[in-house]
Amino acid sequence: MKKITRFVLTDILRNRIVIAYAVLMAVLSWTVFNMEDTGSKGVLTLLNIVLLVVPLVSVLFSTIYIYNSAEFIELLLSQPVKRPQIWLSLFGGLSISFIIAFALAVGLPLFLYADFHQAVILFATGCLLSAIFVALAFLAAIMSRDKAKGVGVSILLWLYFALLFDGLVLFLMFQFADYPIEKPMVLLSATSPLDLARILNLMQIDASAMMGYTGAIFKNYFGSGWGVVLSFGLLLAWALVPFWISLRIFKRKDL
Amino acid sequence: MKKIGCIVLSVLLTCSLLAATIRVGKPHAINSIKAAIKQSRAGDTILVAAGLYKEGNIVVNKRLVLLGENFPELDGQHKYEVLTITADSTIVKGFRVQHSGHASLDDPGGIKILEANYVVIEGNVLYDNFFGVYVQYGKHCVIKNNSLVAFGKEEQQIGNGVHCWKSDSLQIIGNNISGHRDGIYFEFVTGSVIWRNISTGNIRYGLHFMFSNNDSYFTNTFKNNGAGVAVMYSKQVTMMNNNFEQNWGDAAYGLLLKEISDSYISGNQFRKNTSGIWMEGTSRIKMERNAFVQNGWAMQVQASCMDNLITDNNFIANTFDMGTNGDVVLNTVASNYWDKCEGYDLDRNGFADVPFRPLSMFSVVVEKNPSAMLLFRSFLVSLLDRSEKIFPSLTPEQFLDKSPRMKPLPL
Amino acid sequence: MIRVEAVSKKFGKLQVLQQVDLICNSGECIALIGPNGCGKTTLIKSILNMVIPDSGRILVNEKDISGDYLYRSDIGYMPQIGRYPENMNVGQVIETIQTLRGTGKAVDTDLYDAYQMSQLLSKRMNTLSGGTRQKVSAVLAFMFNPGILILDEPTAGLDPLAAEILKEKIMAEMQRKKLVMITSHLLSELEDIVSEVVFMQDGSVAFHKSNAALKADTGKDSIAKAISHILREQAS
Repeated sequence: MKKITRFVLTDILRNRIVIAYAVLMAVLSWTVFNMEDTGSKGVLTLLNIVLLVVPLVSVLFSTIYIYNSAEFIELLLSQPVKRPQIWLSLFGGLSISFIIAFALAVGLPLFLYADFHQAVILFATGCLLSAIFVALAFLAAIMSRDKAKGVGVSILLWLYFALLFDGLVLFLMFQFADYPIEKPMVLLSATSPLDLARILNLMQIDASAMMGYTGAIFKNYFGSGWGVVLSFGLLLAWALVPFWISLRIFKRKDL
Repeated sequence: MKKIGCIVLSVLLTCSLLAATIRVGKPHAINSIKAAIKQSRAGDTILVAAGLYKEGNIVVNKRLVLLGENFPELDGQHKYEVLTITADSTIVKGFRVQHSGHASLDDPGGIKILEANYVVIEGNVLYDNFFGVYVQYGKHCVIKNNSLVAFGKEEQQIGNGVHCWKSDSLQIIGNNISGHRDGIYFEFVTGSVIWRNISTGNIRYGLHFMFSNNDSYFTNTFKNNGAGVAVMYSKQVTMMNNNFEQNWGDAAYGLLLKEISDSYISGNQFRKNTSGIWMEGTSRIKMERNAFVQNGWAMQVQASCMDNLITDNNFIANTFDMGTNGDVVLNTVASNYWDKCEGYDLDRNGFADVPFRPLSMFSVVVEKNPSAMLLFRSFLVSLLDRSEKIFPSLTPEQFLDKSPRMKPLPL
Repeated sequence: MIRVEAVSKKFGKLQVLQQVDLICNSGECIALIGPNGCGKTTLIKSILNMVIPDSGRILVNEKDISGDYLYRSDIGYMPQIGRYPENMNVGQVIETIQTLRGTGKAVDTDLYDAYQMSQLLSKRMNTLSGGTRQKVSAVLAFMFNPGILILDEPTAGLDPLAAEILKEKIMAEMQRKKLVMITSHLLSELEDIVSEVVFMQDGSVAFHKSNAALKADTGKDSIAKAISHILREQAS
């Protein structure tokens, strides 16, 4: 198990696309912090990048990688190895390498330049988002045998969480503007990992504004210690549940 | 001429001989401050040694100098108003005044100045009192370098730190106030100055003006109060070089301006407040050279404001620079620095060549639909905001700074 | 030994295996042949548990393989097209499989030496030619002394010399009473090593005969001729 994980890990960490991704993120983070005059503005710009780029690269690369690993999976399956182990190792390898890439590229400038609390939250959510979108890639890849279809599904998933979901929420918000919708809205936001991650970060960066108006609601849900723990728990669930579903399918899948 | 000189000198000498010093405390004959006051004559000095004095309500009805050595403790046992001053020119220095009564009907205070002028309250510690220092019908009084600490939990169950009512020409200087309802409260107070105080962690406002005209406050710090400063129903108030920090929460402002006019706000720092300045019904105010940093909203200008001039301020790292609820623009916003401004300066005159719209679409959306804050900074909202900046549809078109600065002012 | 009992498998609407029964014993070299899409590869994959049958069961060394994975330590598998993680070099691939199999066991280095693998160890997999990859696959299949060898189109892509080496190795293994299962289109290449022929058609076993019996029944002197004879007979 460990051996396969290490195998996948070394393979991905030497992959040109992953290296390019890490370099890109590193260049972006360093320039962001060097260009913006305040650390917290840098964190904001970085947050936007992290929320867009990390999920896209994680989900897309992972989906393609899983399809490309079909033969490797076959090779492993012909060995005395348990099926779930292979899938778990692949997931472990992919998510760990994306977390490593993110941590090295973004973590260093983040902790050097940004306010510590903001840095911790952005770092943690970035790592979790990497794992979440790797997990979604597993779901997308297991759903279809056809590579083009799987990649399409993964792009759609990204598009949905990055853009469409927010549009939907905005639409609902204005449709039901006359009702007390704060609580349902908070609940709704939990159904998108990107929104959850964004709000967690905003609680740190835009603390002043987030404490206003609906402050009570936000503070109760996301501001309190339990809220943060719960939100991170939900994010973790977003990584584990899609992977778990894909694992169940993989166990019975014909290769 | 010489004769007159001699007479003046001799009169002065007799006077000083007449003014006695009475010592109170363990090592001395007199152990009660009340007794000492009874014995004394106007102009005497009462020197109080360190110790605990539980004497109920002490009334100073003569012109006396009360000096404490090593902060003798005057204790109101949670029942009495501790010190009541009714004589002009009384000086109270170096006491620890604590545990005043907490009845709310007659407003007991640690020290109350009642219809007395030229009173000086200096260098005292006021600890756990209902009201700290209470000035009623006082003129030319000085409240200086005191430290006022209380532990209020709810607005109704605690009084103000320095409470001034129907007074004139007061000086409130260098006090440290925390845990009261309002740090400093002015009602019908005129011609007074508030300088270098630090008001933190008070339940309602750091400083509260009601119907008080021609006052100024300088170089104070208002931090982490329910709201920083509220100036209401007043005229000609000068507010300069103050710090407004971390006033967070629903309805929390650095500075709340309500029904005020003809005032001047300059050189202040607004940092990390939910709203830096909230203004409604405000007119003819000049606001210049202030710095707004990391606030939720730097300024919220309600539609009821008019003829205000907002110029030469710095707006840096605020979530929203401006918010408003109206569509008409009756105020002038000019020559400020906005860090969100992405203008260019081809003629190199230090001002951007295109106007800046400080009102973001999303701040208008949030004004109408507060829960929309959940979507703030999402990709979609950023896109909408950007397009709104180019083609304003939701925000008033004339709400703009025609000559935004390219570089922040050195504030 | 391998025992396949009434195994059926459907991919969607397509019936790929239909009530397949097959018994393969140690010491046999079985050629699994048949037209494209007859279910050869699916059958092999079922034995390896890569494809999970809809019904029926498969026993390897007298043990039901469903839910088991340890049985595969006695199988060496050489896939049709061996594709490996592109960024790994040959040495790492071999090392990884070796650790999976358990490092303690003695390894069979005959093919490793014959193909001069030691010179390729530092080469990345994505720089290798198809033939060299096949060599790696072959080395891996034989390396751990498995009792059963399953070779899917083993000689495709190999140069004649390498193919000859592989054939010799297969024969050597048969001498050691191992079970060898081969699928191949190039029937002539199998001629000298095959002891049994299993012919599959439309998802089921058309016949299972020994090499000698097949030749005798059809009156031909080679497997290729015998099979084409049968096919022609069927057509008419």
